[in-house]
Amino acid sequence: MNPNNYLYVASLLFTIGAVGVVVRRNAIVVFMCVELMLNAANLAFVTFSRINGNLDGQVTAFFTMVVAACEVVVGLAIIVTIYRSRRSASVDDASLLKR
Amino acid sequence: MNTSTSLVYLIALPLAGAAALLLGGRRTDKWGHLLATALSASSFAVGLYQLSAMLGRSTEQRAVTQKLFSWIAVGNFNIDAALLLDQLSICFVLLITGVGTLIHIYSISYMEHDENRRRFFAYLNLFIAAMLLLVLGNSYLNLYVGWEGVGLASYLLIGFWNQKPAYATASKKAFIMNRVGDMGLSFAIMIAFATLGTTTFAGIAEVAPQASKAALTAIGIMLLVAATGKSAQFPLQAWLGDAMAGPTPVSALIHAATMVTAGVYLIVRSHFIFDLAPTAQLLVVIVGAITLLLGALIGTAKDDIKKALAASTMSQIGYMVLGAGLGPAGYAFAIMHLLTHGFFKASMFLGAGSVMHGMNDEVNMRKFGNLRKFMPITFVTFALGYLAIIGVPPFAGFYSKDAIIETAFNAGGVKGVILGSVALLGAAITAFYMSRVMILTFTSKARWDDDAHPHESPALMWIPIAILAVGSVASGFLFTRGHALVNWLTPVVGEHTGEHEELLAPIVVSGLALLAVVIGVAIAVIKYQLAEVENVAPENVSGLTRFVRKDLGQDALNEALFMRPGIVLTEVAEQLDVKVIDGAVCGVANMAIGSGSTLRRTQTGFARSYAAFILIGAVALIAGIWVVTQ
Amino acid sequence: MIIQTPETVMFWVLAPVAVLAALGMLLVKKAVHSALLLAWVMITLAIFYIAQDALFLGIVQIVVYTGAVMMLFLFILMLVGVDSSDSLKETIPGLRPIAITAAIGFGGLLTSLIGRALIGHSAAGLDQANSAGNVQALAKLIFSTYVWPFEVVSALLITAALGAMVLAHHERTVARPTQRESAIARFRTGSLASAAGLPGPGVFARHNAVDVPALLPDGSPAPTSISATLKARGDMLESAPFQLDVVDTTVVEEK
Repeated sequence: MNPNNYLYVASLLFTIGAVGVVVRRNAIVVFMCVELMLNAANLAFVTFSRINGNLDGQVTAFFTMVVAACEVVVGLAIIVTIYRSRRSASVDDASLLKR
Repeated sequence: MNTSTSLVYLIALPLAGAAALLLGGRRTDKWGHLLATALSASSFAVGLYQLSAMLGRSTEQRAVTQKLFSWIAVGNFNIDAALLLDQLSICFVLLITGVGTLIHIYSISYMEHDENRRRFFAYLNLFIAAMLLLVLGNSYLNLYVGWEGVGLASYLLIGFWNQKPAYATASKKAFIMNRVGDMGLSFAIMIAFATLGTTTFAGIAEVAPQASKAALTAIGIMLLVAATGKSAQFPLQAWLGDAMAGPTPVSALIHAATMVTAGVYLIVRSHFIFDLAPTAQLLVVIVGAITLLLGALIGTAKDDIKKALAASTMSQIGYMVLGAGLGPAGYAFAIMHLLTHGFFKASMFLGAGSVMHGMNDEVNMRKFGNLRKFMPITFVTFALGYLAIIGVPPFAGFYSKDAIIETAFNAGGVKGVILGSVALLGAAITAFYMSRVMILTFTSKARWDDDAHPHESPALMWIPIAILAVGSVASGFLFTRGHALVNWLTPVVGEHTGEHEELLAPIVVSGLALLAVVIGVAIAVIKYQLAEVENVAPENVSGLTRFVRKDLGQDALNEALFMRPGIVLTEVAEQLDVKVIDGAVCGVANMAIGSGSTLRRTQTGFARSYAAFILIGAVALIAGIWVVTQ
Repeated sequence: MIIQTPETVMFWVLAPVAVLAALGMLLVKKAVHSALLLAWVMITLAIFYIAQDALFLGIVQIVVYTGAVMMLFLFILMLVGVDSSDSLKETIPGLRPIAITAAIGFGGLLTSLIGRALIGHSAAGLDQANSAGNVQALAKLIFSTYVWPFEVVSALLITAALGAMVLAHHERTVARPTQRESAIARFRTGSLASAAGLPGPGVFARHNAVDVPALLPDGSPAPTSISATLKARGDMLESAPFQLDVVDTTVVEEK
């Protein structure tokens, strides 16, 4: 086996995450799908690091994790705020922009 | 050439007055008229100082210039805002400031009960400043600034009582017809710049002999158009009659003595062009001849004293233009007639204002009559002006008009005969209609309205008239002593060389002119002094009279030739605007609306559909990379 | 570089499970189940990291992601309503087929690109880079080459924490009533019967429970003594069976 297989797994997970963002309506699940996409990217970075024989990929993955953590904190706070005012966590309910 | 630092004060003083009065507002109501009069008088004093300085120098050294600032500096094209005072300008400067100051003094009393007197004086000062700039500019471009300035002042003053719609319309008519002439001037400047590369008088005079005849002719014709507009010459004469809507001092100053003669100044100032463009010069003569007859004919049918005088002004300027069109032989006479006309016409207009002052602002001469008993001073001064304008020796008009008629006869060949005859005929008609004005107003039986109480005007009004009357008596005699004015102007306008053989001896011409005057006066006396005159214009008159009463159809002609086609053109343009331009603009807008409302459907407001678009975009991106890296 | 057999086995066992878990996350109705499946995917990824010589990242993945982030998710799920299940019926017409088609195209193209890009490349391995230890090597990079991004990211973290506090902060629209104000309100606006407070639930001395109304001094039950929620759910019990017919008033002498 060679490390390329990790990349295929990563692209598969990324694609699944992308579909999830589009088809799921619960904002928290949508958010989890985004996290899945970020993790897939991280796996790709780690694998690249191994293929290229240096640690820059791992450093990038590390920064991605930090940024993702920030994102989770703020994103979940937004979801809570929306839920508090609308009593719903469905992304379709927050569609007032079109009017 | 000598320079002087005090030329600018000629213009700056009245301009400062106008600014102070306009910006000062009601605070200056109490003393504004006095300030304006004082500034006008001080400008006159500067003029006198300049004259004395000029007389102290030898003939070649008399012209002086003053550069104010560098106005336009583009590449190697430089125009300075500079002033030029030479023998020609000084005549105008003294006329403008002298007559202007007298009329300021007159107006203090005339406008006493008008609540906007301060504004009136501000405009008068503005006019004086603009007119001085016109005659002092050293280039056509500087002249143009003054030219527009006097047009503005004229507009403001004709419409001074703009609360009356008819007056406001009159001011607009004057302004618009002046604009036609102004177009001519701007075209002349453009052509001069394009073909000769300069716009200063000295520069053009220097290069004109080498320039193409076509260019000079074009410039000359355009300058003539400008002159016809400003001087109410045929075919742009129709505005002057209506311009009498303004206060009488305005009519005297702007529409008799100074502004309307700017066209004559322009032609004489441009002698270096007209001397080299015979076609343009011939057109000048034709315009002058037509206008002097036209104005005189219109004058015979006017019952409004101011409009009769306006028609006379038009006719007299026709004489000046005729003189100016006769080349070096006539320039000096044109200027001389201009100056004498400035005196006697201003005095008659002020006299007419004095009559109106005493007759409850009535202007219809058929409601005057026998006023000499009640307004002796006005009568005497008006009579002096009258004798001057019809050309009775030794009054001023005799010398100047006679000189023009004589020069016209001596123009050579058939042209000379025709021009001389027209000028003589004009003199006869002038004598008729001016006698008519005189008789109807002062000597015939009284035909007043019941509430009329004629009385003499106050001293502040009659003293300026008297001074002007003295001028209309003496100026002609003084100007012709030893050819004083002709010699004075020769360095500017060139000497009359190549003597034509005299068609008629001067004494014969004078005799003929006097004969024409006698005939004209005699007809007027028979028709108006000895016969009964009704106080309303009779209706059962010949078609010719009707036609003349309608100003020889000048307004109808303008309407038919310009107004109606103009309206049609405007309507076409409006339709074009609505259908084509608006159509295109609205079409673009509708297209945007249509495509927008189609694209709007993709904007569902659902975040998930936007995410789907992002996904599709990512697919497209990756597909692109896939294809490129193939 | 040839990957050793144990790792290959580990990969072929864990990778399909991870993909299946991810798909399951997509397909299950309840958000809690999605979260648990995602947690499983993350743990799998952590194992992959460790297997690929990224020991530090594997541990961080477990501690930060599986530990902190997923717990935060679950916490929010509790807050929003753990029982709320998502209908999987699509409400925007045509979105699902479009999404799936696009996703298949995306995955296919990506896989094809990866395959094309890696032909002829052999993996270099991290043995040399990790010779001083993975954590030490990473630290060297982060605190030298990447020190500036590192500082920026720390600022980002603080900002995010502040932002979350601002978003979660609930602004009072009216001032909190003081003790005095609430006492006045109780006596002035409410009925005097409840002014001194409602009776507590439970039948004194015999049976004490929140779903049993208290007894008033005359022996009748007091329905106001139990929670309105219990009443609405129908969980209120009768107090009669718990009443004593005879009260034993004998007092045992204390020794």
